Amino acid sequence: MDLLFNIQVWDSTIRLATPLLLACLAGLFSERSGIFDIGLEGKMLAAAFMSAAVAYTSGSVWVGLLAGIGASLALSLLHGLASITFRGNQLISGVAINFLAAGLTVVVAQSWFAQGGRTPQLAGAARFEQIELPFASAVADVPFIGPIYADLISGHTILVYFALLCVPATWWLLYRTRFGLRLRAVGENPAAVDTAGVSVIGLRFSAVMICGVLCGIAGAYLATGLQAGFTKDMTAGRGYIALAALIFAKWRPWYALSATILFGYLQAIALRPDLIESSFGFEIQGQLLDALPFIMTVVILAGFVGKAIPPRAGGEPYVKER
Amino acid sequence: MTLMTKFLSASAALALTAGAAMADPAVLFDLGGKFDKSFNESAFNGAQRWAEETGGSFNEVEIQSDAQREQAIRRFAEAGNNPIVMAGFSWASALGEVAADYPDTKFQIIDMVVDAPNVRSIVFAEEQGSYLVGVAAAMASETGTVGFIGGMDIPLIRNFACGYVQGVLAANPDATVIANMTGTTPAAWNDPVKGSELTLAQISQGADVVYAAAGGTGVGVLQTAADEGILSIGVDSNQNYLHPGMVLTSMLKRVDNAVYDALMAGDALEAGFNVMDLANGGVGYALDEHNEALITDEMKAALDAASAGIESGAIMVHNYNTDEACPVYDF
Repeated sequence: MDLLFNIQVWDSTIRLATPLLLACLAGLFSERSGIFDIGLEGKMLAAAFMSAAVAYTSGSVWVGLLAGIGASLALSLLHGLASITFRGNQLISGVAINFLAAGLTVVVAQSWFAQGGRTPQLAGAARFEQIELPFASAVADVPFIGPIYADLISGHTILVYFALLCVPATWWLLYRTRFGLRLRAVGENPAAVDTAGVSVIGLRFSAVMICGVLCGIAGAYLATGLQAGFTKDMTAGRGYIALAALIFAKWRPWYALSATILFGYLQAIALRPDLIESSFGFEIQGQLLDALPFIMTVVILAGFVGKAIPPRAGGEPYVKER
Repeated sequence: MTLMTKFLSASAALALTAGAAMADPAVLFDLGGKFDKSFNESAFNGAQRWAEETGGSFNEVEIQSDAQREQAIRRFAEAGNNPIVMAGFSWASALGEVAADYPDTKFQIIDMVVDAPNVRSIVFAEEQGSYLVGVAAAMASETGTVGFIGGMDIPLIRNFACGYVQGVLAANPDATVIANMTGTTPAAWNDPVKGSELTLAQISQGADVVYAAAGGTGVGVLQTAADEGILSIGVDSNQNYLHPGMVLTSMLKRVDNAVYDALMAGDALEAGFNVMDLANGGVGYALDEHNEALITDEMKAALDAASAGIESGAIMVHNYNTDEACPVYDF
């Protein structure tokens, strides 16, 4: 089974899974508080653009990252304003954000850089560098463990490690803190939370803001970590795959990690038709592998394998009194 | 009442501008966008050159989705633009529907053939240009393994790949070629992240020269190749400048010349089928100050010999489109 033991495939999996993981956790916070968010794609795209644009002009990737988070937060606030404050339809607001980001990024990029909806190529300090973990080159020759440590675990940008740390952090925040308990409660039964004297609006806004920050990091990772600049529509549907992963993970942080790793792995092996053939002895169409995340999500939703139950108050704007 | 007057004057102004646009040519770009540093940008450069030389002006549109194609062609034709130049094979079905409705308008489509009395179809002999860069790739490779990364999996891109493999094998019969396509939907033209991962996957299989024929996705391929210290080959426009010293060469497809010629011809644009090949300067490879250190004298001599051979007919490069098959590579 070359497919299972190929370091390069797993290396690729980690890189491809990272934006999915960040976006998936972003969606998890938002949806656990009862705000459906299909605008993950748009927020990532806006963040990708702003991070690349600002990193290019300022020459610092960290300033770019902040700008990317800012852009994503602005769209999050818009989503919050429409769906929490004005009790609008959350799905429509999310779709609007996707359209807005797809159009605005290209128009603004064109007027700033005149390169046809892309930013100039980033170089040097305007990109996230790959981090060599300590002793990576020293242990590289140790059989089995050496390559895993040196090639697979070491040599990613800092955002990859941050994304992985987000998983236990999210679990701890949701299940071991007062804030987390309230956040989960507001997605199940906002009236009860309100009766207890806790602000539903405030909780939902803070969840939507956390969602914005994580989407911002995901977008910045695409444009300044994986790539060296923004190109139009560069998220290429990753926000939707993250949504599918969120359902697949049944709105739980550790499942989110395994779901996004699985989806990332499917994307990674789709790039290696030679390995698929040598492992299985026949060809598998790349289209099938690309479609598998969505097929599996539908299977889960249909209730064939376990059951995915969304937060009960999800999608419902909270009305205090009628 | 005042509102009504405003509407009336606004529509009058619109009508006036529409009148002023009469008989200007129009250029319709494909989904990759006008500045894709590649195919569409080349078309734009040709139109721009025409505008600068003649002082004329042209109308243009960058569509955002496939659904807009027919609408776009009709709008430009209704507005009296002539000729209307379309860059990209995807325009073919829409143009096939529309062309007959505007018999007095001249259309030109690039990369596809539409059989209508008022349509000029231009196709490029991509296999010939790709053959040349294949020769260069095989000679530059130290591992004997070279890569090809296509955009959307369509016959046009397979023709690039097929010509490339033929060139590689001509220069080094023992070479291995790894060919991957980015995807099967138009999104494959704009996914630099996947382009990067494909490049890394090919590097892990031993490739040390990769040829990207993938529109915007190619930006990611060239970037990763430069980051990883291997050579890449650009496509359509001259992309050597993107990473000086790291891009071996670019397969040039002179879309700009095709657009320029069409705009020059204006109303008198001749309908029919045209092939732009090596002999008439339609395709070639790029040599400039950014890659002259990479192209050795030996390589240059081999490339000149191959060019001469193709032009004289001594070297026959197989065209994938003729029989939907490639004799040297199994897709």
